[in-house]
Amino acid sequence: MAVVETKDLTKVFTPGERGAVNDVNLLTREGEFMVFLGPSGSGKTTLLRMIAGLEDPTAGEILIGGQVVTHLPPRDRGIAMVFQSYALYPHLSVYKNITFPLRAQGVPKEEHRGKVEWAAGLLGIGELLKRKPRELSGGERQRVALARAIVREPTVFLLDEPLSNLDAKLRASAREELTQFHERVGTTTIYVTHDQIEAMAMGDRIVVLHEGFVRQVGSPREVYDDPADTFVATFLGSPPMNLVDHGDVLVGFRPEHLLPRPLVEGPAVEIGVRVTGIEYLGSERIVYALIDRDRFAEQKVVAKLPATYEVGVADGEAVEFAVAERNLRFFDKTSEKRADSRALVWG
Amino acid sequence: MGVKRGAGRLGAAMFAPALLYIVALVGVPLVLAFLYSVGDVKVGSVGYRFVGLDNFISVLQSPTFRGALLHSFLFTVGAQLIVIICANILALALVDRFRGRGLVRFFILLPWVAPISLGAIGWKWILDSIYSVINWALVQLHLVKQFEAPMWLGEPTLAMLSVIMVHAWRMLPFSTVILLAGLTAIPKDIPEAAAVDGAGFWRTHFQITIPMMTPIINVAVLFGVIFTFTDMTVVYILTRGGPYNTTQVLPSLAFFTGILGGDLAEGAAISVFLVPILVVIAWLMLRLAHRAEVV
Amino acid sequence: MIGLKGARRRRLPFQIYRWTALSVFSVLLAFPFVWMAITSFKQTSDLYNLNNNPFLFNERPTLEHLKLLFEETLFPRWFLNTAFAGAMVVLITLLLAVPAAYALARLTGRWGERLGIAIFLTYLIPPTLLFIPMSRVVSELGLQDSLWSIIVVYPTFTVPFSIWLLMAFFKSIPRELEDAAMVDGLTRFQAFVKLVIPISFSGILTVVIFTFTLVTQEFVYALTFISSASNQTIGVGVPIYLVRGDVYYWGSLMAACLIASLPIAVFYNLFLDRFIAGFTVGAVK
Ligand SMILES: Nc1ncnc2c1ncn2[C@@H]1O[C@H](COP(=O)(O)OP(=O)(O)O)[C@@H](O)[C@H]1O
Ligand SMILES: [Mg+2]
Repeated sequence: MAVVETKDLTKVFTPGERGAVNDVNLLTREGEFMVFLGPSGSGKTTLLRMIAGLEDPTAGEILIGGQVVTHLPPRDRGIAMVFQSYALYPHLSVYKNITFPLRAQGVPKEEHRGKVEWAAGLLGIGELLKRKPRELSGGERQRVALARAIVREPTVFLLDEPLSNLDAKLRASAREELTQFHERVGTTTIYVTHDQIEAMAMGDRIVVLHEGFVRQVGSPREVYDDPADTFVATFLGSPPMNLVDHGDVLVGFRPEHLLPRPLVEGPAVEIGVRVTGIEYLGSERIVYALIDRDRFAEQKVVAKLPATYEVGVADGEAVEFAVAERNLRFFDKTSEKRADSRALVWG
Repeated sequence: MGVKRGAGRLGAAMFAPALLYIVALVGVPLVLAFLYSVGDVKVGSVGYRFVGLDNFISVLQSPTFRGALLHSFLFTVGAQLIVIICANILALALVDRFRGRGLVRFFILLPWVAPISLGAIGWKWILDSIYSVINWALVQLHLVKQFEAPMWLGEPTLAMLSVIMVHAWRMLPFSTVILLAGLTAIPKDIPEAAAVDGAGFWRTHFQITIPMMTPIINVAVLFGVIFTFTDMTVVYILTRGGPYNTTQVLPSLAFFTGILGGDLAEGAAISVFLVPILVVIAWLMLRLAHRAEVV
Repeated sequence: MIGLKGARRRRLPFQIYRWTALSVFSVLLAFPFVWMAITSFKQTSDLYNLNNNPFLFNERPTLEHLKLLFEETLFPRWFLNTAFAGAMVVLITLLLAVPAAYALARLTGRWGERLGIAIFLTYLIPPTLLFIPMSRVVSELGLQDSLWSIIVVYPTFTVPFSIWLLMAFFKSIPRELEDAAMVDGLTRFQAFVKLVIPISFSGILTVVIFTFTLVTQEFVYALTFISSASNQTIGVGVPIYLVRGDVYYWGSLMAACLIASLPIAVFYNLFLDRFIAGFTVGAVK
């Protein structure tokens, strides 16, 4: 087991343009499940491939288990990787796929069978060993890819969107299985995804990336409740955090915290709105509205009402909403970074 | 050592042998071809003297050369015209699956896949001055009298016609399978949409399918032109350029002059006349490939 | 390339069109080979009797021509020459083209495309433009009148075409496979040898077949460089050296043509679709 560390890691594909990855400094914890989260094109794959040694950094260093590996080829880094397409070798049986890393690294042949049985048992694919990859379902392929990754007991696991080829239902159960699997083997894992639900559900810590920059590192709760900037605030959560223009700051609050006045307890700010649209989603209602008052008039906000709140809110109606003060977040308007909390003079 | 930098070196190392080989055995002869055409090289001669455009002037003044230039164009245009029309007809007939399609395709492909020199010698027998089976049939049908039967390879017009037909015979399968590839690549829903819009089969074919196939037809024609314009096998085997050089084409004349006649310089000058056509074709192909990638 | 499952029902006029076109062209295109077959087994006196119907066996069929061909001509020798030259050219072509195609498909980046185009253009340069200077090159190498002359020269057209074919093949292999192999413990070159080559087996087989058939089909270079009959290949030996003086031994000649053509044709047919893909890259999408 080992920790992964990057120091000022940068990758520029086209000289003169913004890098795909810029000055990234990260340090995983021993046995941690770390998630790289960001929209498509934010540099997650590039960062992961540099850690794997499949991409040369333009600048910076990579350390695995305290040893500088920046210029080592992938095979000497003690890592294993699961690719988005799974990259199973199409001409080899499942058994041969799983033993491929063993053969490549010269593990004596007598040890192969035992190791394959261990890996296959862990993932429940003992029945599939004779098949070819094309004869497997998506879920089975993913497990074979995992078995191939663990069989030589790597010190670090790298996974690049391994669930994105599965259908929605399978994805939910695979997520659960991956988490349990990680608990069993306890290997330091870096997991790339653009899906915030995956990130929140699986990650010990989440690294939020945007345009090649790290925007925030923290536990799922931290990045959700205490976003470091407006990008993190609006990238996480669905619908995203409301941001209301307030002089030199932006005031943020989550839709689930914007509630009808009677539901909000303690110190709160009141926000009168005019409802412009409602979506019924079964367990909740999404209410689209415009602020109806004073100098904030006409700014859009979104509220998420639990279905258990049964009072009617009708389209076109003016409603009195409120947000508890503890749920307000402040961002500097120019830097878009988090600013100190302050008392709001609303209106 | 980094992956990418290492990869660059490995790539160069893997490409180098092929590159060296091609430079040595295509590049060097190509340069030599141009050097010869402006020099005074004969078989066995040593040294090299630059003579400017003398060789070109000399060949241009030769009636045989001007004949060959003309015949080359006739040969190419004639054969390709026949080929492209027949290939369209044949590809359409072959596009659907039907019982026996594999066997039919095998028969139709024979002329292309068998060595052309052997196919041509087969034709030489079929077009024989005395024992031609074609003439036998014509006589039986009372279209000609036995001793007035056409001398297919002995009479200038007929000989030209014969080499054109034999070359068309040879190239037809090639163009057909290329068009077939184009035809099967057309998404099924486009002809179907046309059918829903009320277009009949032939209208769909001529107004939708054939226009959609233009790029692939161009590919077939461009390769066809290259393979025809630069070919000397059919002419060499059927007529040796005769009678009286009336079927001589540029490549065969270059062979007779440069190899058999030993005048390397003049032979090279004749070959070099192939270059402008090749350049035009290559340019058209690159444009075609470029367009296909952009679309 | 044959995409249709279950033939579409066509109406009668199309059926008539199809079968007319197919019968006419099958006959026109295959006829010379049928004619070779008939001629091969006819007695000479039958062949040269103008009063006989040439389509029929007016006298007993004979194996004389075949016997003559195999026992008294250089035909078996040409056969061996062709097989040997073919095998050597295949070997050279694979050694040069497989790594080069991989380099172009994967490693050389921006230059890859330009070099790819250059390779393609090389394929367009015909033997009839190069054979005169090439004869000088061959004699400088001391290879005139030797089978080795064509073994050295034929890769000038088999290598570019094979690179072109294989490049498309290699490009269709996902890069992630090689990345996975490198993470699993191989160097890039090992990944090429142990992973890419086995996966590309059918593409490489295609190149083997086409290289071999191109060798059997070539005429100009063999005619130019090789002057003694015993060193010839079938493609030149049969049409040029089976003729004694001015006398054509049509029976044996046709037998030779047929025997040499058919196996090549069968092989070629098996791999035709790949071959066509080499010409239509870019134009069919
Ligand atoms: N091989 C490459 N060459 C040039 N640009 C690249 C390459 N790989 C990725 N990029 C660019 O780098 C940026 C980040 O890409 P990537 O790491 O794949 O993002 P993600 O995985 O987050 O979707 C993108 O703008 C992408 O276009
Ligand atoms: Mg990615």
